Amino acid sequence: MAIKAEHEIHTRRKSLNVGVGLMLGGFVLLVMVLTFTKITSTDFQIPASAAKGVGAQIGTEATD
Amino acid sequence: MTDATNTQSFEAEPQLGDYYALMKPRVMQLVVFTAVVGMLAAPVGVNPVVAFASILFLAIGAGASGALNMWWDADIDAVMKRTKGRPIPAGKVAPQSAMYLGVALSGLSVMMLALSANLLAGAMLAFTIFFYVVPYSMWLKRSTPQNIVIGGAAGAFPPVIGWIIATGQIAVLEPWLMFALIFMWTPPHFWALALFMRNDYDDAKVPMLTVTHGRRATRNHILGYTVLLVILAVGTAFTAIGGWIYLATALVLNALFLKGAYDIWQRDEDMSEADNFATERKFFRLSLWYLFAHFGAILLEAALKPIGFGGW
Repeated sequence: MAIKAEHEIHTRRKSLNVGVGLMLGGFVLLVMVLTFTKITSTDFQIPASAAKGVGAQIGTEATD
Repeated sequence: MTDATNTQSFEAEPQLGDYYALMKPRVMQLVVFTAVVGMLAAPVGVNPVVAFASILFLAIGAGASGALNMWWDADIDAVMKRTKGRPIPAGKVAPQSAMYLGVALSGLSVMMLALSANLLAGAMLAFTIFFYVVPYSMWLKRSTPQNIVIGGAAGAFPPVIGWIIATGQIAVLEPWLMFALIFMWTPPHFWALALFMRNDYDDAKVPMLTVTHGRRATRNHILGYTVLLVILAVGTAFTAIGGWIYLATALVLNALFLKGAYDIWQRDEDMSEADNFATERKFFRLSLWYLFAHFGAILLEAALKPIGFGGW
C-alpha cells in the first residue's frame, strides 16, 4: 500500500527540523565569518606556544 | 491507544517556539540590552562582527540558564499562576529535554564566547550561569527570604561581561557600577511583584519576604532598598559613564521611583486590596522603565562621546 498524504505530526516535526537546521547553518556561517574577521585583523598573531613549537622543531632538525 | 490519546500525544509535541520559551526570551532581551550598553560604554572599540557574535553567545548562555532554571523549578512553576503556562508545567517540553538543552547550550555559549571575545568573558559567563542555577535556583530560592537579593546578582553580571568583551579587564569601577545598579534594583522590582501576586508564592512555598516576614516588612524593605538605589543611581552620574543626559534622566526617574516606594510604604493591605494593588502595579511597571532609561542614558552618553558630547 502506498504511503498516504502526510500526517499533521510530520508537518510539525518538519517545521522543528527545518528550524534547527537553519540555526545550525547560521551557526556554521557565523563561526566562519568570525574566524575570517579574526585572522584578517591587524593585531592577529599566531599563538606564542604554537610559534615556539614550530621554531623548536626547526632548531632540532638543524642540530641533527 | 485511542484516537483521543493519539491526538493528544502529537499535539503535545514540542515546537521550536516551546524551546525558545524555555530560554526566557524577555530576560534574554534585558541581558542583551544591558550587555550591549556595558560593551559600548567601555573605552575600547570592538569589531562589529566580534561584538555581534559575542552578544549572541552571551544571550544563548542566558537562555541556557533560563532553561536550567525552568527544569529545576518545574514544580514551583506548576503551582504559580504567573508561571504555570511555561513549557514544562504546560506539558509541552519534557523536564529532561529542558535540562539537556540547558547543559548543551551552557557549554556551547561559554566556549564560543571565550573564543569570540576573550577567556575572561567566557569564564565570567560560566560563573554567571553557575550562580543563577546552583546557588540561586537550587539553594537560595527555596531556603531564604534574601533569595531575590543575592540571586539578583546573576541578572546583574551581563553589563560586566559586555565590558569584559570590549576591554578584557574586570578590575575597574564602571562595569561594577552598572552591576550595582541592577543588583540594587532587583529586590524592589520583585518585592512589588510579590505584593500584588499575593498568594502565588505562598502556594508554591517559596520563602519570599512577603511569606516569611509579612507584607508590612516587605513594604519597609522596598522603601529601604529604593533609598539606597537612588543614592547609587544618582551618584553614578558623576563617574566616567555618567554625564548631563544621565544625570537629568536619573534625577527624574529616581524622584518618581522614590515617590512610588514611599506610596507603597504608606499603604496597608486594606488600601491595596481596595484598588487591586494599583500603586504596587504602577511601581512595578515604572521599575521596568527605570532600568531601561538608566541604561539607555549610559548608552547615549557613550554614543555621543565621539562627537564631543556625552560625559562631563
